[in-house]
Amino acid sequence: MDDIDRSLLSLLEEDCTTPFHELAVMLGCSEEEVERRKTQLEEEGIIRRYSAVINWEQVDKGAVYAIIELKVAPERDWGYDKIAGRIARFSNVRNLRLRTGTHDLQLLVTGKSMQEIARFVSEQIAPMERIRETATHIIMKTYKENGVLYVEREDGKRLPFSF
Amino acid sequence: MLSVKTENACHSHSERKKRDFISERAKIIPPSGIRRFFDLAGQMEDVISLGVGEPDYATPWHVCDAAITAIEQGKTHYTSNCGLDSLRQELSRFLMERYRIGYNPASEMIITTGVSESLDIAIRAVINPGDEALVVDPIYVSYCPCITLAGGVPVPVPCTEKNHYHLTADDLMEKITPRSKVLVLNFPNNPTGGVMRQDDLKAIADVVIDHDLLILSDEVYAELTYEGRHCATASVDGLWDRTVTLSGFSKAFAMTGWRLGYLCAPHEITAAALKIHQYVMLSSPTMSQYAALEAIRHGEDEMNGMVREYHMRRNLFVDGLNRIGLNCHLPEGAFYAFPSVESTGLTDYEFAERLITEAGVAVVPGSVFGTGGAGHVRCAYAVSRQDLTESIRRMDEFITSLHA
Repeated sequence: MDDIDRSLLSLLEEDCTTPFHELAVMLGCSEEEVERRKTQLEEEGIIRRYSAVINWEQVDKGAVYAIIELKVAPERDWGYDKIAGRIARFSNVRNLRLRTGTHDLQLLVTGKSMQEIARFVSEQIAPMERIRETATHIIMKTYKENGVLYVEREDGKRLPFSF
Repeated sequence: MLSVKTENACHSHSERKKRDFISERAKIIPPSGIRRFFDLAGQMEDVISLGVGEPDYATPWHVCDAAITAIEQGKTHYTSNCGLDSLRQELSRFLMERYRIGYNPASEMIITTGVSESLDIAIRAVINPGDEALVVDPIYVSYCPCITLAGGVPVPVPCTEKNHYHLTADDLMEKITPRSKVLVLNFPNNPTGGVMRQDDLKAIADVVIDHDLLILSDEVYAELTYEGRHCATASVDGLWDRTVTLSGFSKAFAMTGWRLGYLCAPHEITAAALKIHQYVMLSSPTMSQYAALEAIRHGEDEMNGMVREYHMRRNLFVDGLNRIGLNCHLPEGAFYAFPSVESTGLTDYEFAERLITEAGVAVVPGSVFGTGGAGHVRCAYAVSRQDLTESIRRMDEFITSLHA
């Protein structure tokens, strides 16, 4: 992992559709080298996948997002990993993290309605053997996601010419 | 009755002879060379402007937040004439760590209102009427007028493309006369992007010392140096005590609108400049100084990120220029490319004017920056990569249309 790799990663993170020749010119190396580096970063699992940042709130007006916090009794030999692995398999779980604080696991979950979220929590998560407590927080508005601002704002204008 | 009287009074006043109130000095300095480009750009839609001499980044938020906090805490009074003590101390540390130049924060530094002010007070502190100031050419537009306003005589010293826009000892020697007193350097250079490495500075140091010159070194683009580190003029052997270092926060920290710069020099010169500063400016904006304090304490990572981005944009843009037949040397600093437009058969003014009207891309004619800039245009690549790619496409189309 050298400076060129880091620069390549930030370029791809910002726009993974940038053509190879542009990446090569910006990084000051050949297209072949960019391709080789990119493949290696993919193989090492540093690049997980290429996706778009989408403001789904704008598409599915009725969609509901919730943060669900769980208190979990860890298992001998496994800690939190086994139960986390189980929860992570649900396709409506967008993020899952082990964290410090009042709860152990934190999930970001999507659903078509409040009822769907409620059903997911009460019928699928809460009954799991090692879950001690759940707390569900409905998201009201997203301001920033993956480093991208969702709120429209007017940027400061620059003069067309200055020296 | 009363109203009639008043009208008569006004009338008779306007008929009275009025002197020409404008001073000779104000008359002698030229107006901005690109007024009409401003107007053209204002009339057109969808113009990509590569004419902007400032970062496209907004000031990092933690820096803005520090200013807001300062205002909330009522830090809205004057600071000491030379600026906040804490800011000068941090700056002193920054300059030592980064460029190995040592300035005493108590007696050798002034926080100014932009580098614009620091260059003005530096010039006024050292120029006597008739003194000649050698000025690298091309250079940022303010120097020659400020020298003229101080009663000095600007003498351009060419920095040519052949020499990678460095100042060479030979070119400098050629312009020295018994009246030469000051040498104005600006590296990384606006508009060429040229830099002076340590060896280049060493090569002119002997000439400077032999002829007992003082250097005013505007290094506002220092942090924007792409291949290797910037070499501060004052760090070169024998030059510290004959250099005034001028710089600021605008470019590296994306803080143009905060108007904050600094002047660092041996005590005698600082004291003279401080007298002028205290009478014309009193002190620099207080909230801006708190913002700058935050920037210099905690802004280095973000600055490095911006510099990396400019570096990649430079590669992208300069490659594009050369590909479409506008010869461009590799600018090693600042965020300007300075391609030659000679291959198009147009002068720099013609090229710039037609490019904006026919292709919707705004650039600055090189002649604005001195006769040495003729035949070139300044393109600021401090715009998004999409705009850079699009501007290259438009320029390519424009150039092709010229040959058709």
